[in-house]
Order: sequence, then C-alpha cells, then structure tokens
Amino acid sequence: MAELLANIHGLWEVVRFPLGAFMCLAGSLLCLVGTVGVLRFPDIYTRLHAASITDTSGAALVLIGMMLLSPGWLVISKLFAICVFLFLTSPTASHALANAAHTAGIQPVIGRVGSSDAEGEDA
Amino acid sequence: MTAAALIAILVGMALLLLRAFIGPTLYDRILAVNSFGTKTVLALGLLGFVMERPEFLDIAITYALINFVSTIAILKFFRYRSFQVPLVRRGQGGNADG
Amino acid sequence: MAYFLGLVLALAAFWLGMSGHNTPLILSLGGISVLATSILAYRLDIIDREGSPYVRLVGFLLYFPWLAKEIVKANLTVIRACVKADLDIAPALVKVKTICKSDLAKVTFANSITLTPGTVTVEIEGDKLLVHGLYEQDSQPEAFVEMDLRSARAIDGKGAAA
Repeated sequence: MAELLANIHGLWEVVRFPLGAFMCLAGSLLCLVGTVGVLRFPDIYTRLHAASITDTSGAALVLIGMMLLSPGWLVISKLFAICVFLFLTSPTASHALANAAHTAGIQPVIGRVGSSDAEGEDA
Repeated sequence: MTAAALIAILVGMALLLLRAFIGPTLYDRILAVNSFGTKTVLALGLLGFVMERPEFLDIAITYALINFVSTIAILKFFRYRSFQVPLVRRGQGGNADG
Repeated sequence: MAYFLGLVLALAAFWLGMSGHNTPLILSLGGISVLATSILAYRLDIIDREGSPYVRLVGFLLYFPWLAKEIVKANLTVIRACVKADLDIAPALVKVKTICKSDLAKVTFANSITLTPGTVTVEIEGDKLLVHGLYEQDSQPEAFVEMDLRSARAIDGKGAAA
C-alpha cells in the first residue's frame, strides 16, 4: 500500500511539470483569443464578453498551471488567493463598466451582426 | 513552455494597448486597461516562475487588488466628475438585509 | 460577535497563507495587523452578514462546481465566436426577473451571470436584471431560471427557493 502511494507520488512528480506548463500555455493562448475578440467585436458590450474569457478561463488555467508547477504550499496559497480575488473582482468590474456605459447612454448594437459590419480593426 | 506562455500574454497585452489607443469611447479604453491589468497579474506570476523566483506572486496579488480599485475609481470619477460622492445607497432600492 | 470572530479567523488564515515566516516577532506583528484591520472594519461598520458571509459558505461551495461547469460551456461558445473568420454574433438585451430576496443572493446571481462569458448584467432595479447577451438565442429569460434558483438556494437557504 505504502509502495503504491510512493509510486503514485513519484509519477505525479514527473507528470505535474509538463501538465502545468501545458496548462499555462493553454491559458495564455485563451488570453490571446480574448484579446483578439476585444479587437474584433463591434461595441463595448460585446467587447466585455470577449474580455471575460481572459478573466475566467484564461486566468484560471494559467493559475492552475502555476499551482501544478509550484515548489511549495506557500506559493499555492498565494496563487489560490489571486484566483479568489480575480473571480470576485472581475465580474464586479465588468458590471460596473457595463452599468457606467449604460448610464452614459451608449446604445448597444442589437440584432445579428454579419461580417459586412465588422470594422477593419482585425488583428 | 512557461516562457512561451509569458510571450503569448505579452503579445496579448500589446494588442490590448492597440484597443486602448483606438477605442472610440472612454469605456472601451477603460475595458482595455482593466483587461491589461488582469493580464499583468498573470504575466507577473509567470515571470516569477520563469525566473524561478515565486516571490513575484506578492507583487501580483497587490497588482490584482490595485487593478480592481483603480478601475472602480476611474469609473466613479468619470461618472460623477468627483471622488467626493458616496457610492453606497443605504435605505434605497433593494431589500435591506436581516 | 460571531461575524467579528469569523473576520478575525479569515484574516489570520490569509496572513498565515501569505507570510510563511514563523519567528515570534513576525507572528506578533501579524497578530497586531490582524487586530488593527478588525478594529478598522468595526469602525467602518461593515461587520455584518454581508461583510463576513461565512454562514452560507457551504451552500456557496456546493453551488460553485455547477457554476464552473456553466462557465466552461459558455467559454467554448464565446471562444468560437472570437476565432471564427466571419463575425457571427447577435447581441440582445433581455430583462430577467429574479426570485432572490436578499441583496447578497442578488449579488451572487448577478455576478454569476457576469462571470459566465457571453452574458453581462447591465443594470439591477429591484428584482429585475437587465442582461446583455452575445447570442440572442442563448440569452432568453428561461436560460437563467436554473442559475437563479441555484444561487437563491445557495445564499438564502432552502426555504427561499421553494
């Protein structure tokens, strides 16, 4: 039993570095996708949706990847604190932004947006 | 591979700066700056791991907090043109909590 | 008093998680900073049910996995919309009525909507939420009923969602 646990632990120590690095890379690529969305979408409200990819899945994947790479519990607790902060504050900031834009009288684009309406800001 | 992730995030930050420059309205710029801040937190953490100095995470935590506060403060300033307005509406709207 | 103790415990746990030093001097400095923060929070009069919502932590922890699943599902939709060669979105504004009673439950519901990519809460007025969605067909008021029910159950307790 103890040997099995030791085997699992050894395997985990080998596996976690490539896995963590891969998750970091995947998360940062998702951040890039969110940025491309921020550049492409037509108005402020739709850009908020693209930015929330960065805030949720991108940040979560990068932070979990760094947790797998981390050398000790202290680093994991710090990463967990960052994760909790981001998950609590990012929707609040998004809502404040949307609410401020709405109060300022910026009208959202409603209805189907085809490719002909896309501006030439494509990255 | 962590370095590649760091480079991807830095490229994303550069593209966001483009949005902050061309953004037609004020709110597009604030959105770009807010998203830039989130990416800065991630980039600081990754930089710590690339340089094998995880102490950078402390700076990342501080930056996460400051980023949120600054976004709210900028929004509040451009809504009321002043920092002297209380944001809390006590006793108006919504149910008071028991 | 229970809220005060909860705040002190949370602050102490946070401090220990950040510091990692165990010499008596640093520990006593940490204790002083925890006490000072608690006193400042007391003077600000923010130690109430919303300031330290630990009672509902269990319900929230049960709610979070479901929310994470929803976030992953919605992420895939928005990522597809971002990387598709031709822009194909249909933004819509919908009014959603919530059954959440307390402010904390409403905040949880609105934050859940905002945290899910593809939907953003624009305004809260009484028990009506103005939601902006990236796809018209995905953001009908019926789509939010389950999230509403679950967040009300997580924060207000079982009786609220009856």
